[in-house]
Amino acid sequence: MSEKILSRNFGVKDSHTLKVYRETGGYTALAQALGREPAAILDEVKKSNLRGLGGAGFPTGMKWSFIPKNHSGPVYLVINADEGEPGTFKDRYLLERDPHALIEGMIIAARAIKSALGFVYIRGEYVEPWRRFTAAVREAYDAGYLGQGFDIVVHRGAGAYICGEETGLISSLEGKKGWPKVKPPFPAIKGAFGQPTIVNNVETICCVPHIINRGAAWFAGLGSKTQGGTRMYSVSGRVTTPGVYEESCAITLRELIERAGGVSGSGRLKAVVPGGSSAPILAAHEIDVVMDVDGLRNAGTMAGSAGVIVFDDTVSIPEALMVVARFYAHESCGQCTPCRESTGWIYKMCHRIVEGKGRKDDLDTILDVAKRGAGTTICAFYDGAVGPYISYIEKFRGEFEALCQR
Amino acid sequence: MSVQSIAFSTGQLAEVRRLQGLYPDKRGALLPVLHMAQDTFGYVSLEVEEYVASLFGLSPAHVHEVVTFYTLYFRQPRGRHVVAVCHNLSCHLAGAPLILAHLKERLGIDVGETTDDGRITLQAVECLCACEAAPMMQVDDRYEMNLTPDKVDRIVEALR
Ligand SMILES: Cc1cc2nc3c(=O)[nH]c(=O)nc-3n(C[C@H](O)[C@H](O)[C@H](O)COP(=O)(O)O)c2cc1C
Ligand code: SF4
Ligand code: FES
Repeated sequence: MSEKILSRNFGVKDSHTLKVYRETGGYTALAQALGREPAAILDEVKKSNLRGLGGAGFPTGMKWSFIPKNHSGPVYLVINADEGEPGTFKDRYLLERDPHALIEGMIIAARAIKSALGFVYIRGEYVEPWRRFTAAVREAYDAGYLGQGFDIVVHRGAGAYICGEETGLISSLEGKKGWPKVKPPFPAIKGAFGQPTIVNNVETICCVPHIINRGAAWFAGLGSKTQGGTRMYSVSGRVTTPGVYEESCAITLRELIERAGGVSGSGRLKAVVPGGSSAPILAAHEIDVVMDVDGLRNAGTMAGSAGVIVFDDTVSIPEALMVVARFYAHESCGQCTPCRESTGWIYKMCHRIVEGKGRKDDLDTILDVAKRGAGTTICAFYDGAVGPYISYIEKFRGEFEALCQR
Repeated sequence: MSVQSIAFSTGQLAEVRRLQGLYPDKRGALLPVLHMAQDTFGYVSLEVEEYVASLFGLSPAHVHEVVTFYTLYFRQPRGRHVVAVCHNLSCHLAGAPLILAHLKERLGIDVGETTDDGRITLQAVECLCACEAAPMMQVDDRYEMNLTPDKVDRIVEALR
């Protein structure tokens, strides 16, 4: 078991308060960072091999370095706390149990990218995390950590998965419906309110104080060769003790399932979704895979948000796909034809397959539509839907065929 | 609700201006102000949209487009309590369909409906990101976790 870094205080009483945060070493990284040049902070984060923990796994230091050097206007730091990827719940824990880590990380990140204003976009349903985080921000103002050249605005969303996509989030923050925007321009060049903007996940930024305090080499050494640090894996579905598990990025999926008490239900594993519902599914024989960005990519799936959903062998794969397809049909923002149309039709087809009214050629129709639409849309939402459509059917075709009479 | 009754108090108007001032462009405060409006007026009617639009110098059409995009704004009166059952994957695996069926029967309403006494609106929603405690639901501001039909009964019973 690896050392607990991000979750070290989760069991401590009142861990969300400034008092406890300070008692456990809080805001000491900030004191150090204030004595360093922005470029030195950025360099440290680059060397730490920290990679975005929101979904795409993009190297954080590199992202920060895309802010135009000679820009004279404002630069914004936006924290993505719109956690919505099915199977993921770790940002909720961080907001509720260690909000000051996010605040400290933000102040340090803001120094590195020379930002004076940060936004924290919290999903609308997260009322309690929003209250906790807002209270922590107030404490940080009273203690003088905020308001000295860096301010934080806490923003509540209003219910829309697509606002987790960074450009959809920015649209929403600007007071519009959460429609993603065509990239380029990337947010680092032209983001919120038309200004260079860094969008980072909650957990990503919570790593920053630790990198400053204990050094890039230490952080890099916690993980795999190409991804530093530990990661908060959300484990749910058919496991004995579902929950958040902080482990090295170099852990394997098999080990992680063991950490969560092993497979429950029948006790026999059928499949695992390794990175939130948008990650292609892995069959039981594929779980000796390293859970970092590259390990999962090489296995044909993705680390995504590290939401791990375990299926025992009593789970019906077609039924699971129907549930997943319903989600994508509901959440498509409707801008792109392939996404808007296919998500709706594919859900209907999955539904009729589960009802026993499917036809054998439905399966090829779904695969064909999914494969042709992939990569043609404004944002990665549709690719995220295509992952499950294709992998569930290709890896468990027999189960679908058994339900299709005609 | 008559059109005249749709107005924030002086204190609320000050809060609207404070929120607007937090963003580089005051429009950024639209979602928070819509939350405020819903809390104050019960739901976001076309009249409320028009009122909020006037506070931002936006067209009512823009506000309507925004309101209809998000799931947390109600465009019709809702019950005094909103019970939103998650039916996404982890909750489904843990028995969400059973929980939903139980609630429908007990309340005598379908998903999307409100009980005749105006007490409860029932919803089925996508992942609320508390899958470790599946099956779960949101009751107003609260997450209710690790549900069983018995537990659901107790929770619903306590809603007045
Ligand atoms: C459909 C979709 C949904 C997403 N949802 C989230 C989310 O809920 N939280 C998050 O941090 N990132 C989410 N992302 C990823 C963001 O677009 C973005 O890459 C991320 O917030 C960047 O932060 P990071 O580099 O720290 O990971 C989503 C992406 C897509 C395409
Ligand atoms: S891919 Fe889907 S969610 Fe993304 S912009 Fe297009 S329609 Fe919207
Ligand atoms: S699936 Fe229900 S909370 Fe995630």
